[in-house]
Amino acid sequence: METILLKNLPDIEAYFACGGYKALKKALGLKPAEIIEELKKSNLRGRGGAGFPAGLKWSFIPPGGQGQKYLVCNADEGEPGTFKDRELMLKNPHALIEGMAIAAYAIGAAHGYIYIRGEFAAETALMNKAIADARAKGFIGRNVLGSGFDFELFTHRGAGAYICGEETALLESLEGFKGQPRLKPPFPALKGLFGSPTVINNVETLAAVPSIIENGGAWYAALGTGKSGGTKLFCVSGPVNRPGVYELPLGTPLRELLEVHCGGMKDGKKLKAVIPGGSSVPVLTAEEALAVNLDYEALAAAGSMLGSGGVIVIDDGQCMVKLLQVLARFYHHESCGQCTPCREGCGWLEKVLDRLEAGGGSAGDIDLLYSVAEGMTGRTICALADAMAMPAMSFIKKFRGEFEAHAAGKVCGN
Amino acid sequence: MPFKLTEEFRETAARIRARYPRADAALIPLLHEVQREKGYVAEEAMDELAKFLELPYSRVKAVVTFYTMFNRAPAGKYHLQVCRNISCHMAGAPGLLARLREKLAIGEGETTADGLFTLSSVECLGACGAAPVMQVNETYFENLTLEKLDALLEDMRHGRLLTGAKEK
Repeated sequence: METILLKNLPDIEAYFACGGYKALKKALGLKPAEIIEELKKSNLRGRGGAGFPAGLKWSFIPPGGQGQKYLVCNADEGEPGTFKDRELMLKNPHALIEGMAIAAYAIGAAHGYIYIRGEFAAETALMNKAIADARAKGFIGRNVLGSGFDFELFTHRGAGAYICGEETALLESLEGFKGQPRLKPPFPALKGLFGSPTVINNVETLAAVPSIIENGGAWYAALGTGKSGGTKLFCVSGPVNRPGVYELPLGTPLRELLEVHCGGMKDGKKLKAVIPGGSSVPVLTAEEALAVNLDYEALAAAGSMLGSGGVIVIDDGQCMVKLLQVLARFYHHESCGQCTPCREGCGWLEKVLDRLEAGGGSAGDIDLLYSVAEGMTGRTICALADAMAMPAMSFIKKFRGEFEAHAAGKVCGN
Repeated sequence: MPFKLTEEFRETAARIRARYPRADAALIPLLHEVQREKGYVAEEAMDELAKFLELPYSRVKAVVTFYTMFNRAPAGKYHLQVCRNISCHMAGAPGLLARLREKLAIGEGETTADGLFTLSSVECLGACGAAPVMQVNETYFENLTLEKLDALLEDMRHGRLLTGAKEK
């Protein structure tokens, strides 16, 4: 299959040679409403994790010319197991810039920001150069390609906080505050960055836009399956022979990703479990994983989520109690502290897992873990508490035997 | 130590400020600039920056302490940041950390007496396909093994490793 996003075109001349920025010219000849209609037809869903239909998100922006509007790209890639946006920015930065120019024109935004996680210094430098090159050619700046449409685009570096991948925390951070999520409503489409209507899309979502405008929404939708339009980047980590980023049509069997594209398990290891969509989604057993297709609907039906496409492969040499402890330490560290169920709950889970892991737990600890996790879900401003609770509850449900062994005094010592 | 914002800093700050409709949005980018220049963000720097942006000191301090990338004390010449999250954990991150603790004879959050190394473990660096990963200052080192780690340490001890901001 020819890839749409994963192309090695780091500089603007290479991007031109592959027809780059033709979609922007085409878009500027269309009405904004026509572009949004095409996006809706494409069934492009948000690639950051939530999977919200992109065309619908754009359509929530009040139409018309009054007042400032903003377009923000979420490049705060931090979901454990996810490393696709980094790859896209390094290899195909102009697809993102062109997608942002088209999106900004469609929603009527004159300013855009790419919020890049602070650790991505090289990626930020590369995006800055790509933006400067695009500006020199008239794709960014005043009067884009003589259309009368103005679009200024800047990068903005984060400073180390997983929570800033949550879109309203990202806006707070971009405004120079602590990254603490906002209560919704009002939604960013009405009151977002600096109090103005704002669209926030993931890197991969925006980078897919030029191909949709060029080839049509129906073409893009047909690449995928059902309501999951297009291709998706899957990031595979863990003990497989060829870990990395793969672009595949939505609906591809997970078994094909692991066995064909990734070359199967490394060193004869045996598959035990897969976390299919970044660390925040429920874990699948090997049996469940090998039977599921990689699209939003199929993974939901299997009790998990497509999430960010971060496929974490776990072999039978790993201890599930230890891995959950690793995750609990992470969520506890990254909880912004606003909501009690999250701030306290993540810490309690970590504490109980610490003693189970060290052999000092008791049989009651397993139900305690589960009930704390259950008590955290659906009770907070943002989804971070659920992102801790979902793996916790699924690890316990599906691998209870390992938790029981630890409660009885087993210590893996890894 | 007294802290003064240089003329050069003020020029950079004006350029950054122009990207936003409100001055306070420049706070985090300017904190990055301070850290790039000094290696850390001192109390005095927070105070100066607060005055410069006409913000209460408490706002600047709240931001500095919320984000993990801002050092509040001088770090070593090489800040070793080993990812400890799930994919790196499975790929051997605990062994890397143990080796560094042993060889440098410091714990996490500590700096060697010669001021060369600071050791930290950090959360997901977003490079899980190349696990285990360590970030040194601004540069990622991927697919690490204990042997590669030892070789990197030797390079750093002999000043042969370029890792971004500090050596520039």
